Amino acid sequence: MFRDIGGLVILFWRTLLALPLALRQRRKVAEQFYEVGMASLLMVCILSVFIGGVLALEIGPVMVERGLANYLGGILGLAICRELAPTLMAVLIAGRIGSSMAAEIGSMAVYQEIDALRTMNINPVHYLVLPRILALAVALPMLVIFADLVGWMGGALVCSTNQQIVVGMQSFFANLRETVDVQDVAHGLIKTFVFALVIGTVSCHQGLSTIGGPRGIGRTVTKAVVNSIVLILILDYFLTHLLVQLEK
Amino acid sequence: MSSSGNNDSVRVQVRGLRKSFGEHEVLRGVDLTVERGEIFVLMGPSGSGKSVLLKHIIGLEEPDAGEILIEGQGVNTEGLRDRYRMAMVFQSGALLNSLTVGENVGLYLREHRLKPEAEIQRVIAEKLDIVGLRGTEEKIPGELSGGMKKRVALARALVIEPQLILYDEPTSELDPLIAITIGQEILALRDRTHATSLVVTHDRDLAFGIADRIAMIADGEILEIGRPEDVRRSQHPLVRKFLTADFKLKPQ
Ligand SMILES: Nc1ncnc2c1ncn2[C@@H]1O[C@H](COP(=O)(O)OP(=O)(O)OP(=O)(O)O)[C@@H](O)[C@H]1O
Ligand SMILES: [Mg+2]
Repeated sequence: MFRDIGGLVILFWRTLLALPLALRQRRKVAEQFYEVGMASLLMVCILSVFIGGVLALEIGPVMVERGLANYLGGILGLAICRELAPTLMAVLIAGRIGSSMAAEIGSMAVYQEIDALRTMNINPVHYLVLPRILALAVALPMLVIFADLVGWMGGALVCSTNQQIVVGMQSFFANLRETVDVQDVAHGLIKTFVFALVIGTVSCHQGLSTIGGPRGIGRTVTKAVVNSIVLILILDYFLTHLLVQLEK
Repeated sequence: MSSSGNNDSVRVQVRGLRKSFGEHEVLRGVDLTVERGEIFVLMGPSGSGKSVLLKHIIGLEEPDAGEILIEGQGVNTEGLRDRYRMAMVFQSGALLNSLTVGENVGLYLREHRLKPEAEIQRVIAEKLDIVGLRGTEEKIPGELSGGMKKRVALARALVIEPQLILYDEPTSELDPLIAITIGQEILALRDRTHATSLVVTHDRDLAFGIADRIAMIADGEILEIGRPEDVRRSQHPLVRKFLTADFKLKPQ
């Protein structure tokens, strides 16, 4: 996969250069945005309840036992908005949306549709890549905001109902409000934005470099998803490192 | 991005073109010139490299050696595509499968914002009519037969009003009557706009019916090139075989 990095950077650069054309492509951006958002909103909400819930289940009893029940809301709140919602939603979207983008563009490459575009002097980066990356870059952070809210709710729900925890909704959210800043949410959203660019660029790049028939498309989809996830998790560490330095 | 109003047709020169895919040398030094406004027909056995040659001429493949010149400039020169309008009718049609027929045909005009929407609708209907597919705007490519796809692809190319148009087997998959209509349209386009046309075909009737000059290619090399009557008199055994073979064993 690291051989592809050069191609990725070039594609990303070309997309940046095409950015002034975004307004012209706004209909396609809107279409893609709708596709990303609508396809994923329900899924994002369901997953986030469970992510918040399981986190409460894992750390709730331990903290209560040590007399730290008052801090539960804050800890859960931070973990969700700074780390879990951004990475897990990015992984989810890589699987759901990245895969379909790669497959669609990949089949266009295999069936000469991309060649046809080029003969019509239509740049595939402007026509296909730019709208997809832009839509992801807008939609994914919005989905993560939902995930934050719903995840906190899930955590609060489990904390207040689980017999071993029993931290009421009110004290959970009181502590959460006290601990979690706008800055913490922003920290997660900045990472999310980068992840969105990664998913879009990797998926489109794999799609465009598809060769062979249906089997080639299959390989493309697998590589798009796996490479996106690997890059997301690696970048996550370094980005967090960087952002933490800046926050000090 | 939009095309200029320039309406002169273009001359295409192919010089010493070589291309290999892995071990397989598909084009072994092809030289040919297609003059402005000429209808140039390229014939040759299946697998001889005709489609690969067309892809080089339209700039979709990079040659290993040699060059393609459009009006004296390399085909992939920056900005060349903004100066000259070129189109290719792919062997497979290569329609965008996620768009309707009408959207495919109108794609060029819409993406380059060359005409107002009402005018685009009119042009789409007009070009579909030319290829005998009036009223199919709302269909999707998946619903069309092979021959219909190819005709939509032709309509899509006509919309560009190309100065250079490449046809890859425009009449294969078509019944003889429609094949004749398409041949007539190739002639009509040239007469209307003086476009330079390069037609790849196996169809001997089409070739001799429309060509100003014909070239025979086999195994990536040009065997014969000349006016139809010259090619018909060619002494090259393969050319003779290709032009005279018929279902009954050779009477001679
Ligand atoms: N992208 C490619 N990769 C590898 N080999 C290729 C590629 N494209 C074409 N070839 C090979 O080049 C040769 C010529 O192919 P081409 O499509 O030009 O044939 P053709 O003359 O158009 O034949 P037909 O009349 O059947 O369309 C074939 O042997 C084909 O296998
Ligand atoms: Mg061919």
